[in-house]
Amino acid sequence: MTVNAEATQSAPVLRLQDIRKSFGGIVAIENFSLEVYPGEIVALVGDNGAGKSTLIKIISGVHPPTSGTMTIEGETVTMSNATMARAHGIEVVYQDLALADQQSVYMNMFLGREPTNRFGLLDRRRMIDETDKLVKELDVRIPSAHATIRDLSGGQRQGVAIARATHWASKLILLDEPTAALGVAETAKVEEIVQSLKSRNIGVLIISHSLDQVFKLSDRICVLRRGKQIGVRETAKTDKNEIIAMITGLQHS
Amino acid sequence: MPSANTAASGRPNGFANRINLQQYVVYFGFLAIFLFFAIVLKDSGFLTVRNLSNIVLQTAPATIMAIGLVFVMSAGEIDLSIGSTVAVSALAAAVTMNDYGLVAGVLAGLGAGLLVGLLNGVLVAYVKLPSFLVTLATLGLFAGVSRSMTDLRSIPVTNGTFTGFFGSGAFLGIPSLIWWTVIAVAIGHLIYRETRFGAHVLAVGDNSRAAGVSGISVPRIRLTVLMISGGLAGLAGLLYAGRLQAAKYTLGETDLMTVIAAVIVGGTLLNGGKGSIIGALVGSLMMGMLNNGLILMGLSVSDQMIVRGLIILAAVAVSLREKSR
Ligand SMILES: Nc1ncnc2c1ncn2[C@@H]1O[C@H](COP(=O)(O)OP(=O)(O)O)[C@@H](O)[C@H]1O
Ligand SMILES: [Mg+2]
Repeated sequence: MTVNAEATQSAPVLRLQDIRKSFGGIVAIENFSLEVYPGEIVALVGDNGAGKSTLIKIISGVHPPTSGTMTIEGETVTMSNATMARAHGIEVVYQDLALADQQSVYMNMFLGREPTNRFGLLDRRRMIDETDKLVKELDVRIPSAHATIRDLSGGQRQGVAIARATHWASKLILLDEPTAALGVAETAKVEEIVQSLKSRNIGVLIISHSLDQVFKLSDRICVLRRGKQIGVRETAKTDKNEIIAMITGLQHS
Repeated sequence: MPSANTAASGRPNGFANRINLQQYVVYFGFLAIFLFFAIVLKDSGFLTVRNLSNIVLQTAPATIMAIGLVFVMSAGEIDLSIGSTVAVSALAAAVTMNDYGLVAGVLAGLGAGLLVGLLNGVLVAYVKLPSFLVTLATLGLFAGVSRSMTDLRSIPVTNGTFTGFFGSGAFLGIPSLIWWTVIAVAIGHLIYRETRFGAHVLAVGDNSRAAGVSGISVPRIRLTVLMISGGLAGLAGLLYAGRLQAAKYTLGETDLMTVIAAVIVGGTLLNGGKGSIIGALVGSLMMGMLNNGLILMGLSVSDQMIVRGLIILAAVAVSLREKSR
């Protein structure tokens, strides 16, 4: 792995080519192509109904595309459900977080993938230890791995959902508006956590309505308008005016 | 991590001062009712070994049913049909045993329970009908079946091995009904608390969408819990037939309310996601003790029903208060 570090760096974890998705007569996505590299944060922006969530669902296997190809680390994949996407190392942080509120943090971290010991019983020790370790690494500030989700604040819950995705994603994390429901301090904390994912060499695709956030976090910005890809810009080489113009289709400035 | 709490904003966590009332209410309730009867009925024989062990023996079928219901309710469903599954299973066992012998009888009894569970489960998990309606319908359906099956007669169970094993017998000096209770509670608790299946049941009851996107087969869990409940109601039917040495359509008829009360008082949430097998055992013993004490106090059957109804109301109130907190 280390020998070939340069090569792996340059190969995208995800490549979408000519993706098209229609629901009956409605074309939700067309001519969409994008690459996401390891350790890179790509922001997906666009107005309501532009097709952002649909795109996330295509990548996570919820809606197979009508046409087009998707490759993960060079391998062409077809996925017909979320379980297959997870098997490919793709994790999603859903807008509703998909947490079981009355269960502990550690049970949520391992929801559906609980480890067992040699007697076939739940290996709680391992779940707790790995949760503690990850929560510490990502600096998600929760009282303990035993805490019940419903006793946590919105930011802490978001932190748990991201920590879970980080634990299981080997290649790509998809985040659908991770800070939409959070206050200022909590948003800052979650942004910090997302930023720290770069060092794990995972690709991140984030949907956000906040351009401030997009410019703070992303390496590249991909703009969608009415299902069409308007363009991809390197964050460092563009500005808000250009992105707003691309989103709305109107010239500002 | 002392600093952790204060770091993130949001509502305070106050772990120490938030002992979960609902989880322990059954133990306090059990103690309070026990002490109450021990004092009030001290001259009426409540505290005799004979009376106390009678309570445990009498509650065995209800406890077994309660274990099944903990699984069902934890998954966010309900099984009202257990009330008539007991009778159908006992009758199926009795009729089959008289013609084909012990083993066939036992298999018929358990099989009848599992079949009711399968029917409920398929309708709930795959046809996607609400379990409340499905099991209300099958409750009525099988109450009718057990009546028409026997023309309202009682079927005697004469096989001595059966009545010993499921009823009046003992092993190592301990009555077989206590063995059944202990074994069922132990296995139920182990599966509920320590297996992936148990965790998935709770996840489905807590947030079925989250469970689904996490790769848990929600329909399979729903089907399985209803089959567990049906199978355990079948076992309860065998215990009734063994103890009474007969099977009749009235068996289990009045148990439904007691069992639901035992499960809720025992800390299982009506809406799923949280529960306790041990709590259900204590809840069931508490309900049995209550019945026993109220009878010894000389209350009429109707007064007993009123007192039990009030206790259920109180339990539901605590349960809902906890859920909405
Ligand atoms: N399951 C679906 N069936 C039909 N149309 C859909 C479905 N999901 C999304 N769409 C349509 O696709 C378009 C893009 O929606 P969406 O991806 O949710 O946008 P965004 O997340 O950018 O706000 C919308 O016009 C929406 O109505
Ligand atoms: Mg959306």
